[in-house]
Amino acid sequence: MKILVCISHVPDTTSKINFTDGDTKFDTNGVQFVINPNDEFGLTRAMWFKEKQGASVDVVNVGGAETEPTLRKALAIGADSAIRVNTPATDGYQVAKELAKVVKDGEYDLVIAGRESIDYNGGMVPGMLAQLIKANFVNNCISLEIEGEKAKAIREIDGGKETLTASLPLVIGGQKGLVEESDLRIPNMRGIMQARKKPLNVVEPAETATKTEAVKFEKPAPKGDVKLIDPDNLDELIDLLHNEAKAI
Amino acid sequence: MSVLVYIESEEGKFKKASYEVASYAKEVAGMMGTSVTAITFNAEDVSELGTYGVDKVLKVSNEKLKNFNAEAYSDAIKQAAEKEGSKVVVLSQSANSKYLAPLLAVQLEAGYASNVVAVPESTDPFTVQRTAFTNKAFNFTKIDTDVKVIGLSKNAFGIKEVQGDAAAEDFSPSLSEEDFSVNVESVDKATNKVTIADAEVVVSGGRGLKGPENWGMIEEMADILGAATACSKPVSDMGWRPHSEHVGQTGKPVASNLYIAVGISGAIQHLAGINAAKTKVVINNDPEAPFFKAADYGIVGDAFEVVPKLNEKLKEFKEKNA
Repeated sequence: MKILVCISHVPDTTSKINFTDGDTKFDTNGVQFVINPNDEFGLTRAMWFKEKQGASVDVVNVGGAETEPTLRKALAIGADSAIRVNTPATDGYQVAKELAKVVKDGEYDLVIAGRESIDYNGGMVPGMLAQLIKANFVNNCISLEIEGEKAKAIREIDGGKETLTASLPLVIGGQKGLVEESDLRIPNMRGIMQARKKPLNVVEPAETATKTEAVKFEKPAPKGDVKLIDPDNLDELIDLLHNEAKAI
Repeated sequence: MSVLVYIESEEGKFKKASYEVASYAKEVAGMMGTSVTAITFNAEDVSELGTYGVDKVLKVSNEKLKNFNAEAYSDAIKQAAEKEGSKVVVLSQSANSKYLAPLLAVQLEAGYASNVVAVPESTDPFTVQRTAFTNKAFNFTKIDTDVKVIGLSKNAFGIKEVQGDAAAEDFSPSLSEEDFSVNVESVDKATNKVTIADAEVVVSGGRGLKGPENWGMIEEMADILGAATACSKPVSDMGWRPHSEHVGQTGKPVASNLYIAVGISGAIQHLAGINAAKTKVVINNDPEAPFFKAADYGIVGDAFEVVPKLNEKLKEFKEKNA
């Protein structure tokens, strides 16, 4: 089984979010970039398929050369090879289009992507990719087993979960649950050394079609100070929630 | 060229978020000088949708669509959009809508903006405001395509009632076998329990509660307020509460009207998940807990003393205002 794991290169959760160029661009100054957390769950599940079922695992990212350390980290975790599509990621559709070409060229059976990236939170790339390559698609996937050509997946729904079956090729929008956080792997020295020798192939983009454009950014208005309420005067809290916040 | 809105239902009953997307569609239709068409699946009485601005309802009745199926639903919505010549399709941001929206966008060759929080800044060019960086910023997105797909964040617009009647029309999209190549084997859903996605109020507990045996008072508060229960990440990691209750960056997002956090210090990943909640209350015995910076109202105090007292007060309030 050939698995492709899509890796988004995203600012670390604790990053300060600022913008430059008249609030039109994300300010990467001093920002640490990491593998998108939802993708990391998927990558770890792919490692499981590799170790238990002999799958091969490639990772892919659409982005400039600055994303390569993130791909190298994925290689150090255990992926066999990496692909970087050499173009900035500008919108979900464009990324999905580029990934579709990589999937077709590589004839992958299973594509694992995170349900959304923690930067633009679009939540659209896995579904768009699946539609573009006419593969089956399961979103919010919290469990995945593959037997031959058949996949059994569990996805989270509002207020519960749903068990689904589908045949390969399959695209997954994965999240925590695919593996537990305690199963995530930190690259060890051996992995880091091996990652240096693993192939990281840079491919040129197929096309640059976009359908949307991020024109400007804005930060939410600063929040007022918290109103502290005396624990012995809980009536005040109820009054505020009812009359001021209109929340109860 | 009406604005098309996907009305979600469960066992024939409309979900509340659907009234909000219908209200939003009405506003967008007003800006564009057109009407609102809704599409429903296996819903019987659709007349009430007129109250939320819908002019016409395309009723799909098909036993095969009893369970949600992303591919089949998106195929049906696509055909509805084409039939109506819709330039804008509006959906909620429920798990199901987020599942089908990207499929639909590709089918319609439409640009898709998710997590939209306001009416379009302009309709020409079509520019919408959406959240980004896990609610730490807003992003204004211009959609360049002829057809646009909009995913509206919960509680971003509100429900607006109007005077109106919705005309119903049966609609039978043509579906192929390929639409059903992902099979739903079973659905495991907690019944009679308010979900985090649908709840107007969410009551959440953290490590400060010291153990799962102390969750009774959280559940009691949720009962009183008709709220969903939730928890912080360490709590679900320790197995005190199910993963489905984990709120935060890698857990569930919360966009309720009220979020009450008990014994949660407010790690950045947790706050990222609750930024979209309108009013936040924190109860914590540590006055330095980061949550106090994010909250609207705070009580510095021992949860084991404050929460039972607060529950009594809330009960009294509910009885008086029933």
